[in-house]
Amino acid sequence: MNIAIVDYGAGNVRSVQFALERLGYRSALVDAPDGLQAADRIIFPGVGAAGAARQALMTSGLWEVIPTLQQPLLAICLGMQLLAEASAENNTPGLGIVPGRVAGFQAPLRVPHMGWNRLVCQNDPLLEGLPSESYAYFVHSYFLPPVPLTIASTKYGTAFTAALRKNNFWACQFHPEKSGAVGAQILKNFLERCE
Amino acid sequence: MLTKRIVPCLDIRGGRTVKGIEFESIRDAGDPVELAARYNQQGADELVLLDISATVEERQPMLQVMESVARQVAIPFTVGGGIDSEKSAYRALRAGADKVAVNSAALRKPRLLQDLNRAFGQQCVVLAVDAKPNPAGQWEVFAAGGRQPTGRFLQEWVQEAVDRGIGEVLFTAMNKDGTRSGFALEALAELSTRFSVPLIASGGAGRPQHFQEVFTTGKADAALAASIFHYGDCRIPNLKEYLLQQQIAIRP
Repeated sequence: MNIAIVDYGAGNVRSVQFALERLGYRSALVDAPDGLQAADRIIFPGVGAAGAARQALMTSGLWEVIPTLQQPLLAICLGMQLLAEASAENNTPGLGIVPGRVAGFQAPLRVPHMGWNRLVCQNDPLLEGLPSESYAYFVHSYFLPPVPLTIASTKYGTAFTAALRKNNFWACQFHPEKSGAVGAQILKNFLERCE
Repeated sequence: MLTKRIVPCLDIRGGRTVKGIEFESIRDAGDPVELAARYNQQGADELVLLDISATVEERQPMLQVMESVARQVAIPFTVGGGIDSEKSAYRALRAGADKVAVNSAALRKPRLLQDLNRAFGQQCVVLAVDAKPNPAGQWEVFAAGGRQPTGRFLQEWVQEAVDRGIGEVLFTAMNKDGTRSGFALEALAELSTRFSVPLIASGGAGRPQHFQEVFTTGKADAALAASIFHYGDCRIPNLKEYLLQQQIAIRP
């Protein structure tokens, strides 16, 4: 299986790569459109600020390509937020693949939302085989409210989208690559069950 | 519900884990990669790796340690010690670290905090601050691993760092470090109440009850400890079971 990890200078690509290695999968870091188009599975991570990430993706020509991809894609954290219509972070336009606008957590909540929080899961191949009480590792200051495409939600002050799916696009707000056994199961599901 | 985090800390020098008592008298506590993997298996929520090397030669193995930990460990980890520029932070993050903790370099050059925020995002930037009370009871901040007084005070320094865009505070009470006499609850509660970024408590962990106190009275979001975990005096699964019984929100 040809697995591509979108590399646009957003920090945690190696963590994703190592997590796949622990599952026995090799992957390639890809920073150009043709590398993405050739892949069987694509992981779209993201760390940092929405504005800077969008800029980097536009410069490398990846921004236009991502919405056209037909293969299973898993967006992580900021990657997921960029799939939405827009983000309140730096007033950034999104890819518009999924409906909804990304908003910021407000005081008196601690910001960022950082640590392990519980997933409330619906039926989806991405979330198969998880224990009924599953925790995942989050670190983010912005969130997507629940939308009809939401397949897992988490509560922090209010409920927000922890994972979603639209056709071949899966996404999670938490970091599966850093979420212990639960995260490993989700990555394994993405590679082996998500078509 | 967001759970409280248990954070084992590995002080690393020349590629080995060490632990001092009140910032001195170092003794060996094993291979950091093995320790990190063990804590991951035992249910640690996060790790901190602190490079306490005194010389450049001792620093060399650290990148290797970070990468090996990132390969083996499926939980987040923060790297601190010697992070003094965007470049050194980038190297740590690229080696697989999730966050970088900045201490002395930020005191020397506070602008570094903004630079790191802009380059890597707020969530990557941890302010590590070492402080102890002076005779008048004010918490004074120290640099260079606790050796150098800075003339700055805890609250005003953290305020400045928050304004400059940090995402978390790792506060070590130097007078508690290695004593196993409990965390600096009052100072922690003050920080926690005043600032909205998450707070990691460090210094003084000795018994499970200390963790219960630091999450309730101390209002901390995470608690860090080293020696009690390294030497097997307190096992993480037992600690978590105790905290769950005490109705603390903990990832089982």
